[in-house]
Amino acid sequence: MQLLYIVKRFGVFLIIIWLAATLNFFLPKLSGQDPVRTKLLESAALGGYVHAGIEDMVKEYQQKFGLDKPLWRQYLNYVSDVSRGDLNYSIANYPRTVAGMIADALPWTIALLGLTTLFSFAAGTVLGALLAWPGAPRWMRWLMPPLWALHAIPFFLLGLVLMYLFAFQFQWLPIFGGYSAGANPALDWTFALDVLRHAVLPALSIVLVSVGGWALAMRGMMVTTMGEDYVTFAEAKGLRSATIFSRYCIRNAILPQVTGLALALGQILSGAVLVEVIFGYPGIGALLFQAIEENDFFLIQGIVFTVIVALGFATFVLDVIYPWLDPRISYRRA
Amino acid sequence: MLGYLHRNVSLMVGVVLLGILVVFMAVGALTVDTSNAQPLSVPTLLPPSWDYPFGTDRQGRDLLAVMVAGTPLTLWIGFVAGFIGVGVGAVLGFTAAYYGRVVDTLIRSIADIGLTVPGLLVLIIIAVSLKGSLTVNQMAIVVASLAWLNPTRTIRSQVLTLRERGYVEIARLNGMRGPEIIFRELMPNLLPYLAATLVSSVSAAILASIGLEVLGLGPVEAPTLGMTLYWVFFNAAIINGWWWWWAAPLVVIVMVFLGLFFLTVGLDEIANPRLRRAA
Repeated sequence: MQLLYIVKRFGVFLIIIWLAATLNFFLPKLSGQDPVRTKLLESAALGGYVHAGIEDMVKEYQQKFGLDKPLWRQYLNYVSDVSRGDLNYSIANYPRTVAGMIADALPWTIALLGLTTLFSFAAGTVLGALLAWPGAPRWMRWLMPPLWALHAIPFFLLGLVLMYLFAFQFQWLPIFGGYSAGANPALDWTFALDVLRHAVLPALSIVLVSVGGWALAMRGMMVTTMGEDYVTFAEAKGLRSATIFSRYCIRNAILPQVTGLALALGQILSGAVLVEVIFGYPGIGALLFQAIEENDFFLIQGIVFTVIVALGFATFVLDVIYPWLDPRISYRRA
Repeated sequence: MLGYLHRNVSLMVGVVLLGILVVFMAVGALTVDTSNAQPLSVPTLLPPSWDYPFGTDRQGRDLLAVMVAGTPLTLWIGFVAGFIGVGVGAVLGFTAAYYGRVVDTLIRSIADIGLTVPGLLVLIIIAVSLKGSLTVNQMAIVVASLAWLNPTRTIRSQVLTLRERGYVEIARLNGMRGPEIIFRELMPNLLPYLAATLVSSVSAAILASIGLEVLGLGPVEAPTLGMTLYWVFFNAAIINGWWWWWAAPLVVIVMVFLGLFFLTVGLDEIANPRLRRAA
């Protein structure tokens, strides 16, 4: 049963990958845009070349890229390329491959987003649990309204304010980039510290906004759980209140939180893209922005595909962890 | 009504915040010349003064006029996309939950898979695939194309809990047909909940539209809030210390989101009386 569950979840993951590839292939076709022609005309206009012969070039390139073949053939080629991790060349930075550019940017995003998401999820969940608990210190109640208010605004707007205050006005922290210009990217303490200093503001803008959301959701779940009969029964049995809190309430209330995390990953990522853009953080989001600015269609497609696959994988991992948190899952029909 | 607002603080805060915005838009529309929201109509880069209370930007827009003209545009995008989203979501959610079986499995799987995908990125692909710059209404449609996923999921789960109630059972025994039960028995009971879903969908749609606009994929000609922020980043207004340029859209956007957020919380409290005890 356990194995069947994992296989099923993996199937969903594969479907997500296939959908992403298909969407990526067909959406641009629907619009009838021709990236090769657009780009050639663009460079011709920039360089002031004559347009004669450009149609021949378009034809030549289309043959080279297989764009003259029937649509189903192109689709099969695309899917087989993608499944081998070949995401084509970048149009704007030609000799570089899309996969290579993404591989450079991905670690930055994974580090920034992974750490901030895990931290705000853990902190928010604990905070929310304490907020619902009658035995919690009174001052904690005052934390709630500001966290709620912060939760309602987008990551990047808070980032904007933080950037203005701490990077422009007080100049405590760097305003732009992932490391100082001219810094030597080596594995030593100076560089690590430099990277860390650059990551503080982007990370803060994600954490401060997210914590409130997780706390809010957890508090709601705790209130519902604390009204359940088994909690009343545990109290009647005379269990210690700490035991009831951690083993009865949190244990049950945390399950929807984890489901929520799986569902929120996409939203968090969407928000983080904009944070990276405004801070010029060298991750996937900034790369995507650059690709949009340069009209680099293959790069945009590659990034969207990679991100969907990465998030699909993260969801798959959460799905696999879930039965361990909630043993009922594994023997119920999943 | 007023007495209830006193007890439901969240609802009151939401209504007041959005009310201020509505008054601002209404008074602004009557008193401010919105043609100054176009570039090259006023002197550039003036900090707030008596003549230009919100200052002017580098391309010669009067930021007060931009806010007066742009706030309704942004809200319009949000409302159109939010309404379409909840409309489609309600139809799918009710159908899935009421009829169950294959229909349910299909609709639920699509919504679940769709939700794991980062919406903004799919919207980016759509926006990039469309030729040329979008108009405000096209923008709303683009955002609406994913706005039904969340409502579908949440409405479905709410209907599931209602479906087995006694009065639905009785209606069924009395020979009511599926659509009739959905509209006459289930829908009225879910109205407050649908309202809360609508408000949060509008908020999500506004967020998505601002995201697209900040990335430069919005309606370039229109002075929406998101496009204003795009020009802020485009001209590096923060590093140059032109704080008034981003302060105005920032305050308006924060008010929109806070207002909608507290409205959702307040409506949730009506829809789900259990929450009242917790407050």
